[in-house]
Amino acid sequence: MPFSSLSELKKKLDDGQVTARELAERYLERIALHNAELNAFVHIDPEHVLDQAAASDAYRAKHGARALEGLPIAVKDIFCTQDGPTQCCSNILKDFHAPYDAHVITRLKEAGAVLVGKTNMDEFAMGSSTETSAFGPCRNPWDSNRIPGGSSGGSAAAVAAALTPAALGTDTGGSIRQPASVCGITGLKPTYGRVSRRGIIAFASSLDQAGPMTRTVRDAAMITAAISGHDSMDSTSVNDAPAVDWLGACDKTDMKGLKIGKPKEYFVDGMDAEVRACIEKALDQCKALGAEIVDISLPHTESAVAAYYVIAPSEASANLSRYDGVRFGQRCENPEDLLDMYTRSRDEGFGTEVKRRILTGAFALSSGYYDAYYIKAQRVRTLIRQDFLDAFEKVDVIATPTSPITAFNIGEKTDDPLTMYLADIFTIAVNLAGLPGLSQPCGFANNLPVGLQWIAPAWAEDRLLSAASAYEASTDWSGKTPAAFDGNTACGGTR
Amino acid sequence: MEIDVKKVAMLARIRLTDAEAAELGPQMKNIIGYVEQLASVNTEGVEPTAHPHDVALPQRIDVVTNINRREALQACAPKTESGLYVVPKVIE
Repeated sequence: MPFSSLSELKKKLDDGQVTARELAERYLERIALHNAELNAFVHIDPEHVLDQAAASDAYRAKHGARALEGLPIAVKDIFCTQDGPTQCCSNILKDFHAPYDAHVITRLKEAGAVLVGKTNMDEFAMGSSTETSAFGPCRNPWDSNRIPGGSSGGSAAAVAAALTPAALGTDTGGSIRQPASVCGITGLKPTYGRVSRRGIIAFASSLDQAGPMTRTVRDAAMITAAISGHDSMDSTSVNDAPAVDWLGACDKTDMKGLKIGKPKEYFVDGMDAEVRACIEKALDQCKALGAEIVDISLPHTESAVAAYYVIAPSEASANLSRYDGVRFGQRCENPEDLLDMYTRSRDEGFGTEVKRRILTGAFALSSGYYDAYYIKAQRVRTLIRQDFLDAFEKVDVIATPTSPITAFNIGEKTDDPLTMYLADIFTIAVNLAGLPGLSQPCGFANNLPVGLQWIAPAWAEDRLLSAASAYEASTDWSGKTPAAFDGNTACGGTR
Repeated sequence: MEIDVKKVAMLARIRLTDAEAAELGPQMKNIIGYVEQLASVNTEGVEPTAHPHDVALPQRIDVVTNINRREALQACAPKTESGLYVVPKVIE
């Protein structure tokens, strides 16, 4: 039961085998039992969760079920919610209560979902390990000495340990896909512009996108169907996005006629040999399902991390200028004057990684360096986008590892920011190009989960869902759950 | 490349302690050193990306849609008075 998918829970609710209130109680019990070890949730209000569940049961009795009626869904601490605090796991937003709901929160409520609580994350989503959280690091359910990935690490750990059947994350450079990969769950980053960013605390506005983190591909489709669509209050939400048959795309059980691109730049020396073996095996499975594997090249891949670490910090330095101690957030004690108030509030409120990125961005945007860094990075970004456009002339989807490594130990990479940045090497280009990407479990390396990443052309999420559904149906990797949390697979599973 | 961390920090309105500046300086130098590889990419005649998709930003009808929510919006401010945000004195 705890490891049931959303689809299975929906059926139980529809059949009257369980009520939303009973489900909520079940997961609240698991959270009470296990959250202290994982630190996956940073805010839970059990009373409020039970109230929502009771309201959902009442709605169902009176009007029938909506798309996500009674289903518990957790959300990253980056989504503004009128109920409870929204702190982005930063001291500068300590005790901040948002005056409105994010668009996706409104959508989840309208679909009947029960919002479980706020999950842990890297401060302002800046990190790949959920170690920069002001509320302390989150832990990986497969090995609690290890990181759950990041920045949506709390959402990934919560789903992997079945403290919730599904969660929302955000993805700026891999922050849904990489934690999904290292926690052994499924994560989807939709096409840029598919999901409204209104009410999602901004990190890098041209890259940020919200998406689901779930047990199965179909669950990811169910949630994306509910949260996507045009929002007139977000100017980057696209109003004529091609429609997708979200659930229909998940019925696929073979890959006949599918051309899968295998980019040579994503299979490099130095990547973990066991990770590589898992991905090669997954591609063999795709071949057995009828796919054709086509060797391709994305020649500007190696510049992606460099372009990202100019563009994302530059946008962050502009976005985070709003935390000035005036309109919201923390203000320092007894400021001497206005400048002292700004500079000291920001020094006291932001953690080291956030400062590092704001300063990197401020430098890249500063007079005399703007053309050499920011504009140059945006030109390289055009080349990276073009690489994908050229590749999709030849293939339908692209398959790669989600991460070159499995979950590392907590504290292992905190001393060297640049090494940490390279953990995102396989996910970043997708954000720069605005494309949809999906990570799904495809085995274990070093006794830890490995993720297979699918990349599709803009607006073709259905291709990701179909390929991933066919793969999922033919293997049992998505069904592996950590024994330490009542799952079926001991110590990181089978080799 | 030498980076004057304290100067950049002042541009970003962050007051760094000496210890923070001593730690962040070499790290930023490493990061900037790494991104300098972009200089070797041939981008002649390549337009910088302005939006990930070549789409026009949608416009909405020019009518007022927001309502006065001053109290709700100021409830999260550190200090307000009579509907105004209070900050330290700027003009002597």
